[in-house]
Amino acid sequence: MKNDNKGYMQQLLQEIQAETMEVSLMEVCGTHTMAIARSGIRGLVPSNLKLLSGPGCPVCVTAQGDIDAVIELVRDSGITLLTFGDMMRVPGTESSLQEERSKGADIRVVYSPLDALAAAKSLPDREVVFLGIGFETTAPAVGITVEEAMENGIHNFSLFSLHKLVPPALELIFSDPDINVDGLICPGHVAAVTGVEPYRLLAEKYSKPCVVTGFEAVDILEGVVMLLRQLHQDKATVEIQYRRVVKKEGNLVAQATLEKVFQATEARWRGLGSIPGTGLELRRAYEKMDARKKFGVREIEDVPIKGCACGEVLTGKITPHDCALFGKGCTPLRPIGPCMVSQEGACAAYYRYTPLRD
Amino acid sequence: MCLGVPGKVVQIMEHGSARVDVDGNQTDISIKLTPEVELGQFVLIHAGFAMEIIDQQVAEETMYLLKELLQYEE
Ligand code: SF4
Repeated sequence: MKNDNKGYMQQLLQEIQAETMEVSLMEVCGTHTMAIARSGIRGLVPSNLKLLSGPGCPVCVTAQGDIDAVIELVRDSGITLLTFGDMMRVPGTESSLQEERSKGADIRVVYSPLDALAAAKSLPDREVVFLGIGFETTAPAVGITVEEAMENGIHNFSLFSLHKLVPPALELIFSDPDINVDGLICPGHVAAVTGVEPYRLLAEKYSKPCVVTGFEAVDILEGVVMLLRQLHQDKATVEIQYRRVVKKEGNLVAQATLEKVFQATEARWRGLGSIPGTGLELRRAYEKMDARKKFGVREIEDVPIKGCACGEVLTGKITPHDCALFGKGCTPLRPIGPCMVSQEGACAAYYRYTPLRD
Repeated sequence: MCLGVPGKVVQIMEHGSARVDVDGNQTDISIKLTPEVELGQFVLIHAGFAMEIIDQQVAEETMYLLKELLQYEE
């Protein structure tokens, strides 16, 4: 905590602590999950104010069947798969990418999709598949990579897209009667790409205030206060707390890239099921680089992981502490579900920063 | 995955790429999503791409936050 903010933070905290309404606010971004857990804010707010974690961690929301389909694909010996490090340990039904690699599959961790393109150039005799995962913050980078592959005629490069869109998935959260959310702490970096328009539409359609919030403790406190004030004034609009980074219109180049390369499709979410219009697949012009089509990847049904409550955690129905396996059978070293694998997962964040009280 | 890494553009190169300084280490990134970026400006980097142009203060606080969040990594 930086000293110059202390007085202001104290003031924000006082306003929050004076709150008497029953309020549930949800955050939908892995970095918020980590930052809120790390800051200890949950322990400082009154018990009538709930700070829930929603489906904000891209690895965690990936459906079990999709992971199993990727695992099936890498068992084909002609394929080299490249992906972000977080995906390696995510448990599939009977294996994980890490396990497949130890059994001989060619799987490599990259930091950027451009590294995957470079690999495709240097391995002309192999089929190089990039496993694309992430929300609006990562998908434009992958879109540019696909365009470059196309322009340069790199025909052994393809994309297995598990990309998802945040705002349309939130519609489901807002319309589910079992999920009780009064206001939304919107993800700063997703909004930096999309702009605030999608959140304005959501706020108005469902009469829930939305505040695009940054990641410092002071940002989060300020975001919470802005949401509470809207609720008290019976307002439901979108506001930007994270003005330092987020422009109202977002990143127009990134939006144009998404629009050009991808189209919205149905996607499966862990905990939420199949939701139309929340996934991204390559448009027709880029279809040859769609790994699912290129290799005839089949749909695999979701087999729930026994005892794992990630689905309920991801929708804010329970907290990680409510899962019977939390800290007992399931720890970051021996994760059972994806929410404990990714450092952005709610279970992992709780494990690190808010251990179970006896 | 969501939180970008801040870097300072130290060289604009051809084919839409740039060299950036990230906490003392130099690395090459794509600036195709922020084509207007200029030498000396700060950017937030996601997956090897500059996603937003930011000011120095945001760059510093983001780096501070990243270090704070990641120090708990095993
Ligand atoms: S603690 Fe483990 S088993 Fe329980 S919900 Fe979280 S990841 Fe799943």
